[in-house]
Amino acid sequence: MTLLPEEIKKDFPLLARTVRGGRPLVYLDSGATSQKPVAVLEAEREFYERHNAAPHRGAHLLAEESTERYEAARATIASFIGAEPGEVVFTKNATEALNLVAYAMSNAATAGPEAERFRVGPGDEIVVSEMEHHANLVPWQQLCRRTGATLRWFGLTDDGRLDLDDLDSLVNERTKLVALTHQSNVLGTVPPVRRIAERARQVGALLVLDAAQSVPHQPVDVSRLGADFLAFSGHKMLGPTGIGVLWGRRELLEAMPPFLTGGSMIEVVRMEGSTFAPPPQRFEAGVPMTAQAVGLAAACDYLTEIGMDRVRAHEEALVAYALERLGEIPGVRIVGPTTTEARGGAVSFTVDDIHPHDVGQMLDELGVAVRVGHHCAWPICRRYGIPATTRATFYLYNTLADVDSLTDGVRKAQEFFGRP
Amino acid sequence: MQLEAMYQEVILDHYRNPHNKGLREPYEGEAHHVNPTCGDEVTLRVHLEGDGPDARIADVSYDALGCSISQASASVMTDLVIGRSVKEAMAVGDEFLALMQSRGQGEPDEDVLEDAVAFAGVSRYPARVKCALLAWMAWKDATARALGEAS
Repeated sequence: MTLLPEEIKKDFPLLARTVRGGRPLVYLDSGATSQKPVAVLEAEREFYERHNAAPHRGAHLLAEESTERYEAARATIASFIGAEPGEVVFTKNATEALNLVAYAMSNAATAGPEAERFRVGPGDEIVVSEMEHHANLVPWQQLCRRTGATLRWFGLTDDGRLDLDDLDSLVNERTKLVALTHQSNVLGTVPPVRRIAERARQVGALLVLDAAQSVPHQPVDVSRLGADFLAFSGHKMLGPTGIGVLWGRRELLEAMPPFLTGGSMIEVVRMEGSTFAPPPQRFEAGVPMTAQAVGLAAACDYLTEIGMDRVRAHEEALVAYALERLGEIPGVRIVGPTTTEARGGAVSFTVDDIHPHDVGQMLDELGVAVRVGHHCAWPICRRYGIPATTRATFYLYNTLADVDSLTDGVRKAQEFFGRP
Repeated sequence: MQLEAMYQEVILDHYRNPHNKGLREPYEGEAHHVNPTCGDEVTLRVHLEGDGPDARIADVSYDALGCSISQASASVMTDLVIGRSVKEAMAVGDEFLALMQSRGQGEPDEDVLEDAVAFAGVSRYPARVKCALLAWMAWKDATARALGEAS
């Protein structure tokens, strides 16, 4: 293996605990949220113990230190994705980052001429895909409801890929925005972003990427992606909950109206009305999640030290092994691509005649934590005519033995629930 | 294994051979319930004879998608309520709800709950309590609709 996961596990205190009658924990749910290394926990603790104050306000020493650390965290996180610090907006999570763009687009209706690019209304189209997480689907459905724009979507092929046959008709001169996952949280599929980005550029549509499952697991360089906006969450990449990122191209952020308004996002406030700060502050109303930003920066440092290329290679080896081992079990069907080509670390599957809840319960009994259900991407289940799936997701701390625990558990579930 | 406390043989039997399954006519009330966290679904119909709380439950029919716990619970529930008055059946439903909320501490009355006592183990798994209650909630809803139409 590229990494030494048994060594890496030692950095994660939670992974040493036992569950359900003293069994060692096998954590295969990092796609929902990752565990945290000591370095991240310490960074947050150190901030609260030594430097806690509201950043960008106050003239006292602690306020200075807090501001310095908050902005240094922004620079670290920006560098992690190949961006400039001024292009990184802190949000609560990827969901809020995507909503920020969707609501800014509604707000463009009443903003000045600089916001023209973001206005949508009847006759305009927004394009998503059938494999989106609800966080990159529902905000656009709602934007269409508020503005009268039309939602259209890419379908999926039987083998879990994006169906691009009608790319040119789907993304057309009426398209204002394309919102797409950078890696499916259910199927693991990595869509051909460059091809879609080129088409979006041709017709002048904005491209928003939901990178919640890509930034934690592979090298991402926004300067080479061809996207206009990119959203991800800190907690899925070893960082704390309560912090996410919206990256946007500078000229777009400068022209985009705010979503949440209030303190720190203003320029001048009078009773008659207000003007707004330049980005990224324009999009960060209220006292921000400072300790969380510091924690996320520590997570970026931790991942950078290991190397995102190596993280990706490690996960690819785990996925290849999982696909092979699961494929050997009669009655198990992979939902999504069955090779590691253009594929990330989410492996969803069904087991004939056993509901995913029951599979998950057996795995839990054996100490194996997986996700069961529709994984906040219900249309995927409808597309493939299944009620739900069992999903294993991998990270840098998982081992081949973890995959064996998974497949052993699936076989035990078949023995237990099979007809006597 | 702990799991056997939850998946009692009675539950697995009802799961493999569900009673009263399938949607039937006639009916006065229908409800469709989903568990949005997992996607389990049930469509359930109630056929009553008579009016008000003394009405007799002549039939409960359903179509459901879901895990063994939700499927078995639907099957056991129909056995428990069909043939009773609405008032009696509601009392059984309340007893079952109390058992499910007992976090493994309940002492179910087998005379009242019959096969449903097998679900006592489920109450120790908070994530699964909703599975066991899905059909019961749909039945209460469908019954309220049936009574609304009947009165």
